[in-house]
Amino acid sequence: MKYWRVPLDVDEVTVPQGDVHIIIDRCKGCGFCVEYCPREVLIMSTEFNKKGYHYPEVVKRGECVNCCLCEMICPEFSIISYEVKPEKPKGEEASQEKETS
Amino acid sequence: MSEIETEFTDTLTIPPPPEELRHPMEQFLRMERLPHIWCSTCGIGTILTAFIAGLQKSKLDPNKVAIVSGIGCSGRAAGYLHLDSFHTTHGRAIPFATGLALGNPELKVAVISGDGDLVAIGGNHLIHAARRNIDVTIICINNFNYAMTGGQAGPTTPIEANASTAPYGCYEFPFNLPYLAESSGAVYVARWTALHIRRLTNAVAEALLKPGFSFIEIICPCSTLYARRNRLGTGLDLMQFYHDNAIIQHGVDTREVDIEYQKRIIVGKFVDKDKPTFLQKRDTFLEKKLGNQFIPYRGPNHGN
Amino acid sequence: MKADPINVATGNHFMDGDHACAEGSIAAGCRFFAGYPITPSTEVAERIAMRFPKVGGMFIQMEDELASMAAVVGATWTGIKSMTVTSGPGFSLMMENIGLAVMMETPCVIVNVQRGGPSTGLPTLTGQADMMQARWGSHGDYEIIAISPNSPQECFDLTITAFNLSEQWRVPVLFMMDECVGHMTEKVVIPKAGEIKLVPRRFYRGGKKSFKPFRFNGQANMTPMVKAGDGYLFHLTGLTHDEQGYPLINAEAQQKNVQHLVDKIRKNVDKICVIEEDQVEDAEVIIISYGISSRVALKAVEAAREKGMKVGTLRLITVWPFPENKIHKLASKVKAFIVPEINLGQISLEVERCAAGKTKTILVPHAGGWVHDPRDIFQAIEEGAA
Repeated sequence: MKYWRVPLDVDEVTVPQGDVHIIIDRCKGCGFCVEYCPREVLIMSTEFNKKGYHYPEVVKRGECVNCCLCEMICPEFSIISYEVKPEKPKGEEASQEKETS
Repeated sequence: MSEIETEFTDTLTIPPPPEELRHPMEQFLRMERLPHIWCSTCGIGTILTAFIAGLQKSKLDPNKVAIVSGIGCSGRAAGYLHLDSFHTTHGRAIPFATGLALGNPELKVAVISGDGDLVAIGGNHLIHAARRNIDVTIICINNFNYAMTGGQAGPTTPIEANASTAPYGCYEFPFNLPYLAESSGAVYVARWTALHIRRLTNAVAEALLKPGFSFIEIICPCSTLYARRNRLGTGLDLMQFYHDNAIIQHGVDTREVDIEYQKRIIVGKFVDKDKPTFLQKRDTFLEKKLGNQFIPYRGPNHGN
Repeated sequence: MKADPINVATGNHFMDGDHACAEGSIAAGCRFFAGYPITPSTEVAERIAMRFPKVGGMFIQMEDELASMAAVVGATWTGIKSMTVTSGPGFSLMMENIGLAVMMETPCVIVNVQRGGPSTGLPTLTGQADMMQARWGSHGDYEIIAISPNSPQECFDLTITAFNLSEQWRVPVLFMMDECVGHMTEKVVIPKAGEIKLVPRRFYRGGKKSFKPFRFNGQANMTPMVKAGDGYLFHLTGLTHDEQGYPLINAEAQQKNVQHLVDKIRKNVDKICVIEEDQVEDAEVIIISYGISSRVALKAVEAAREKGMKVGTLRLITVWPFPENKIHKLASKVKAFIVPEINLGQISLEVERCAAGKTKTILVPHAGGWVHDPRDIFQAIEEGAA
């Protein structure tokens, strides 16, 4: 995220991390979620589902902040947004262990 | 000015979704009936999601909520909600809901139906239920036509708009629904579009909890009929239109909020006042007149 | 189940049919009324408006008859007994929602105090010309129960019967009074509450997942219902549906659904039908009548019997379902059926159909506005016996 000034509580606030799960065969390809995701996490896939609709696909995995707008705006109840606790990569863990030992 | 970039995208891995991932609204939906019959880019599904979110927010006991709907695309909503739901005859959802609300005053009754169903054939019932201040919540889904039967003109079709029974454009003056509801006596009147999902959720929660006749008009994209006949694109294009042309003006005089064809749409909470409901008025009145001869009506669970 | 003693107006009264009907509904346990004023039924609504606040009932005058019927169906599903009252023009308006009540298998009572028709007709004068409409008024295939009282006392007693039948068979019951009986003042004896037998609504108490609002077994004898608000989260629709109540739009579902609606009455005619017979075993001529015409016919019967003619009477208390088998059997024994009715031939058509050509059916018509002259009925008896 780009800020034009540093917010005073930038150290305290953690931006939540989320992910979306799409129930592909229930989707009717309306495109609301793709259009209105504030982080532009989704695009319309070129693939078709069983009913012949294009369905959304996550492209910017990791950008999702679990705002749940896609879940609310989906007319088909076929996208679920959930919070994830991201795993820290192995490199960081090793360096943390070195610090504590 | 310094630019701070917080980095958390590539250095963190996202775990796979949990196995038992269910849509949080499943308990309110008749899952065996999904996928529903509404078209791709129709806004009714979105409105239903907002309604359920509003119901969750209001913390009402779902066992005590009853939904009544009429005939039409919007009227199918009752068939998908996992609550005591009734899919009744065309235009008569409101008196049916009156019967439910008065028959058991503990029930919270909401009517989900369309503009043609509630305001044309059901217009008489709308104004009288509002006049009496019956404790029901009306969710009027306005897509400006009779969609289920093929896109006929209705009482809310704007002038110039094309419809199947107005092939050269509609020339009838349409209703201004918030004005109609307010002048009939509704105590809560709001208008939102299908795009304003979070504000709509709050409005639904407020309306459900408010005693008396609440009326929420929701402007809804109709892709297969209204948008197609008027060459307005798909429902998504209509949502973009609402995005660009909806102006929020809380508390504005409802006389000013009429909708012209493809012009600005004023949304917001227009009326929020307090008035005794039908039952409250009846009880206080008859008690004054009859004294202890009066036996109040409390419903089938209280010996009536 | 017996009536609630607090609310029954026990005693000897001098009241008219409309008032007796109102008292009958209170005694039957009806506690919701939604109606619209229309002559000659307004007195029922007025008495209920006066009595309900004192017996814990809910009265509301709706904006029209369509709303009244819709409210009655809605209120019934909260677990309460409900009723509405109207006359010819209102009856026509209520038809769509009577169809809804039939489709949702909702028990309720609709009182039609018949007046001269068609259209506005004779608002203050009698008629019996809604009888076929009672059977066929709403669109589609269905069967319904219709009762016709002939005195204020019967207005009280048969209203209770109407509620009982509607609860038992989960069908709306049409109480077909006429203006004459409605506005006739006679002695009405209202018994003690303990002597009034009521059929209570049968409620389902089982598990929430296994509840089905309908059982398409052609019976419906006490198929249990639930109340909205009890947590069963059921769904009802006017569309053709399955036993779960969910819409099912295909021919097979239609066959099951509609066949059940028809069978549950048609196959149980013997249990539902109530008729009053007098001297039919050896009769040469039988008078089949209902409502006020049956009382007028008695005068003609008296005169005919004095002359030595063998005249029997068969009074239809439940006009629908029609006692087809009975009429069919009697047809082979008599020379004629005489049907006096205050219309130009409605139930006579049914009689004729059931007689199947085995005997004459002589209609004594009357366009409405007054009752028959007994001499006309007597003439018909003579013609039939000839």
